[in-house]
Amino acid sequence: MLIYTIRRLLISIPTLLFIAFVIFMLLELAPGDPMAQMPLTIPPEVKEKMRLALGLGEPWYVRFPLWLKQFFIVEPQYWIDGTFGTNFADGAQRIISFQSRSPVFETIAQRMPQTLWVVGMSYVVGVLIALPIGIISAYRQYSVFDQAGTFVSMIGFSVPPFFSGVLLIVIFSVQLKWLPSIYDTTHVVGDWDSFLFQLRQMIMPVMVLALQTTAQVSRYMRASMLDNLGQDYVRTARAKGMSESTVVLKHVLRNSMIPVVTVIALGIPSIFGGAIITEQIFKVNGLGQLLIIALQGSDIPMVMTITFLLAVLIVMMNLIADVLYGILDPRIRYD
Amino acid sequence: MKLKTALLGAVATVSLAPAAFADAHEGERGRDGQLNIIYWQAPSILNPYLSGGTKDLESASLVVEPLGRYDSTGAMVPYLVDEIPTVANGGVSEDLTSITWKLTEGLLWSDGTPLTSADVVFTAEYCMDPEGGCAQLSKFEGVETVEALDDLTVKVTFGGPQPNPYGPFMGGQSPIIQAAQFAECMGAKAPECTDANFGPIGTGPFVVTDFRTNDVIQLVANENYRDPNKPAFASVTFKGGGDATAAGRSVLETGEFDYAWNLQLAPDVIASMAEAGVGTPVSAFGTLVERLEMNLTDPSPALEEGVRATAAAPHPFLSDEAVRRALSMAIDRDLLVEVGYGQAGRPTCNLVPGPEVYASTENTGCLVQDIEGAKALLEGAGWVDSNGDGIREKDGVELRILYQTSTNAVRQDFQALIKEWWGEIGVETELRNIDASVFFGGDPGSPDTFQRFYADVEMYANNFDGTDPQAYLSAYTCDKAPKPESQWQGENINRFCDPAYDAMVAELGATADQAERSRIAIALNDMLTKDTMTIVPLVDRGRVSAHANTLGGVVLNTWDSELWNAADWYRIGDNR
Amino acid sequence: MTDTTMTATAVEKSRNQWFDVWAQFRTHKGAVAGLAFLVFITLFVTVGPVLWDVDPGKLNIRNKDVRPIYMAIFDSDAKVSWGSPMGTDNLGRDIMANIMAGGRVSLAVGWTAMILAVFIGTLIGVLAGYFKRLDGLLMRFTDLVLALPLLPLLLVMMLLFRDPLRATFGPENGIFILIVTGIGITSWMQTARIVRGDVMALKEREFVLAARSIGTPAHRMITRHLLPNVMSPIMVSATLGLATAIITESALSFLGLGFPSDFPTWGKILFDSVDRMTAFPERVIWPGLAISLTVLAVNYIGDGLRDALDPRIRGQ
Repeated sequence: MLIYTIRRLLISIPTLLFIAFVIFMLLELAPGDPMAQMPLTIPPEVKEKMRLALGLGEPWYVRFPLWLKQFFIVEPQYWIDGTFGTNFADGAQRIISFQSRSPVFETIAQRMPQTLWVVGMSYVVGVLIALPIGIISAYRQYSVFDQAGTFVSMIGFSVPPFFSGVLLIVIFSVQLKWLPSIYDTTHVVGDWDSFLFQLRQMIMPVMVLALQTTAQVSRYMRASMLDNLGQDYVRTARAKGMSESTVVLKHVLRNSMIPVVTVIALGIPSIFGGAIITEQIFKVNGLGQLLIIALQGSDIPMVMTITFLLAVLIVMMNLIADVLYGILDPRIRYD
Repeated sequence: MKLKTALLGAVATVSLAPAAFADAHEGERGRDGQLNIIYWQAPSILNPYLSGGTKDLESASLVVEPLGRYDSTGAMVPYLVDEIPTVANGGVSEDLTSITWKLTEGLLWSDGTPLTSADVVFTAEYCMDPEGGCAQLSKFEGVETVEALDDLTVKVTFGGPQPNPYGPFMGGQSPIIQAAQFAECMGAKAPECTDANFGPIGTGPFVVTDFRTNDVIQLVANENYRDPNKPAFASVTFKGGGDATAAGRSVLETGEFDYAWNLQLAPDVIASMAEAGVGTPVSAFGTLVERLEMNLTDPSPALEEGVRATAAAPHPFLSDEAVRRALSMAIDRDLLVEVGYGQAGRPTCNLVPGPEVYASTENTGCLVQDIEGAKALLEGAGWVDSNGDGIREKDGVELRILYQTSTNAVRQDFQALIKEWWGEIGVETELRNIDASVFFGGDPGSPDTFQRFYADVEMYANNFDGTDPQAYLSAYTCDKAPKPESQWQGENINRFCDPAYDAMVAELGATADQAERSRIAIALNDMLTKDTMTIVPLVDRGRVSAHANTLGGVVLNTWDSELWNAADWYRIGDNR
Repeated sequence: MTDTTMTATAVEKSRNQWFDVWAQFRTHKGAVAGLAFLVFITLFVTVGPVLWDVDPGKLNIRNKDVRPIYMAIFDSDAKVSWGSPMGTDNLGRDIMANIMAGGRVSLAVGWTAMILAVFIGTLIGVLAGYFKRLDGLLMRFTDLVLALPLLPLLLVMMLLFRDPLRATFGPENGIFILIVTGIGITSWMQTARIVRGDVMALKEREFVLAARSIGTPAHRMITRHLLPNVMSPIMVSATLGLATAIITESALSFLGLGFPSDFPTWGKILFDSVDRMTAFPERVIWPGLAISLTVLAVNYIGDGLRDALDPRIRGQ
């Protein structure tokens, strides 16, 4: 397993470079112009000069290696300089956003707190609720609990966040005035009161996002549990006189986890960039909002960097999932 | 329902009462605490010279100021100078080749250093640097030199006579930045100065304490602001992001924010939000006109690239003026306004709807819908439905129109309505809407940009900065037509070309007399609209913003930044 | 036994089997209700427009903002009309006609895109899980597609294929193909990874080893032994995929990448009505209900089918 992991890690380097290249060419091909959001009152020749100042005059085979160099050499140098007070970078050009003309990594770092608080938290909450729901629903198939769980999760999944989010705002912010409709990203949690405020401002987006996660994960959990509950080994285990909880929670659960692990692993990268609509509605302004604004503004360095970081995360999470398969089911051999 | 009406009434009286003695809102700086502003487009940068985006200009206007601004009537108001230079007061030379600005004495930057003419000269150098990619370069067009005559006097010399010498340093587009702060940021180095671009030192009422790009700005009152009693607010939170509905809701319904910018929403949506009684929508008109542009060249995909949509291939039916006129006659502009803009729109037939001196008041012929007249016009021109499919044709050319615009709820409603009307006069319409970032982008590789115009008719809105339409009207000269050789760049997207028009544009550029300028501008406007129907204006679009009922002093201004007078804003209520 | 009798028994056996499946399916109340609803909604959107002959795009601005007919019960002053039982929108378009027309597009997009995604996902998942040699390549390809940003991808597809497709299939069918393909090829990855994970575990099970030891060829292994055992996660993917496809379509229209604006779909009607949902709740309720109930119905049918197809459950 260790050798497999190391081999996979080594393979991911060329894979990621190839992915970076494909993403870059895709952005290059896509119609779009960083000047599109400038007012029409700015004449075309001025816009052309601005494009040149952004470095867009260079062909792609110059800009792509430049981005690679900035991403893999210059940015780590700045990071080391920032941590240890050295001066490796020596004023080299960092990856600069077209829109804000500031280093993209600083903006990404700025977005992390609210992304983790809201989207990350909702994912954890969603998964933690989903697993027991899935297990109980399968174990007590067609009970009231199962029926209610199915109903709520399917409705929850099929109602898009652009509707459910606004509905929550209309109920809890406009009518009842209990919760703020606009997330304050500058809020610092220092004491109990500020923590309560943080809870109040994150509860609605977390609910909307967690509902989606819960619906998805619990459906897979339930289906997979049902498949396994009917297997012969379950009958054998029961016949051997094992307690019901041991049978369900040790044997069945373990064998049912493979699709669930896959889904959870695939969902983690989407924390960092998948919650676009919900972030927009609640003005959370996390990474998802950053990505969509960058996409709309054709901010190629920003889009490129965020999507590449996501690609790294995707590759790593899928690797972790593959390793977990081997642990959950030792019969799965990769070597 | 009754209770609600009663409450509304109560709120109305509460908000009216303080307004009565609103002028008496004097006091010390910072007395009114916190101000919350929301813009649904988040500012990316606070340096207006590196970004022309409205959101960036307006947020920056809280911090950096030009020498003079336009007020809500479009008149010029001195800000950092004692008076606006004119020919009458000797500030503008008789031959219109130079303008001399005299800074007010004793003005300080927010860091306490004095504002001098060197800063003004530096600002011009910064923007005119060939490598900087300055977004406001067109404001400095024709500028030969900018020199400091003494510590407080700046003289701008133009290459030739400049009838409108108020390009540089006037209006929210060209504020003065501090030489000391930006000295290291010239030209290619401009993007490296993140700290300066995110927190410019200014002379305005507020100072940036925290700038988070595309998210939120926090500001505090400027200790060195020229009026010791202003601003009334000690701190400002400027939040960005979301959408217009959410921004409107936060001011009009939940009251979390005090001011929301540019609520591009259907009038009934705004009205129903305003019923909550927490805030008030305000509107004002500028020069923004929603219009249909007629393609005078043939965009047919059957033509080869290089000929398609160029002057080499005239449009099969839109080159017939009768068709263009009939299309315009079929439109009920009053209904468009009612559906799309409400109080923030008025029907217009003019490309230049204001300011008053430039508006063509005679041009009102299009305001009344005339379906029968349109039909008769088409009949007369030989466009008849001979094969009974409901679509008129002539010489085998059918009136089928591809009508494109950017993606936007109101525009899609307009498309639906106009398609319906055109259907009534026997014209079939295919609708297409394109993402704004593609439509308004200048990507020469994309077939969907508005300049390339691979459609028969397209709809969007455009306006001009400040109060002078010269540059705006000059966009329709023959040489400004987008074509493959110019990478499809150009502002004359109809490919309109008339030597008489070009000659009059040249005449306008050489005329200084206001009455004469008005006459020429109006004639140019009429040539494009009522005479040829090349451009079919639909709605003169105002701006709708909203402010909380407790926020006083708001004067909505469409000629400059909306936040132009934020220093005068104050809180209505008991915390005074 | 001769060949003829073998075929005969096989045919008879399979007929019995499907009869069993149907018998089992009928015992699942949710599944039957789901099937009934699905038939109803399909008829509603296909036969409905024949009975309710109103052009969904027809504007009647003087007759806008009509409330649904039941509002007359709560509020006698409400503006209602039997001419538009579900009311009209802000431009006076009949909402019932729009729900019908929108449903046709939404269901077509949802089903086609979902089937495409599930098909690609299952194919890639089974191949990667079963053939070790293909695993690395196919899974790295999956990683790549997962990493591609959707918006630029669709923009590029639009740029490259819109005009040729429009020329070949007309504006509406062309854009339909583009949207369905766009959604289909960007949403199969989860199914692929899940199927692969399950197949990898399954192929080490005893029954697969047994089947392999008697020389079962790979394609029979996959169709007879592996696929039936990964049906339940595929069913879940399919149900969730249907909902995602219908909603994604509305997000695309919102970005200007979807159908032309005069082309209603459930998702788009819902999206356009969100701004007015306090004043006109019916405009969000109808399309929202239609989407949710369809997804719920498909989910129950999936559940019923899964039970009915599983011989272990069917016997009980």
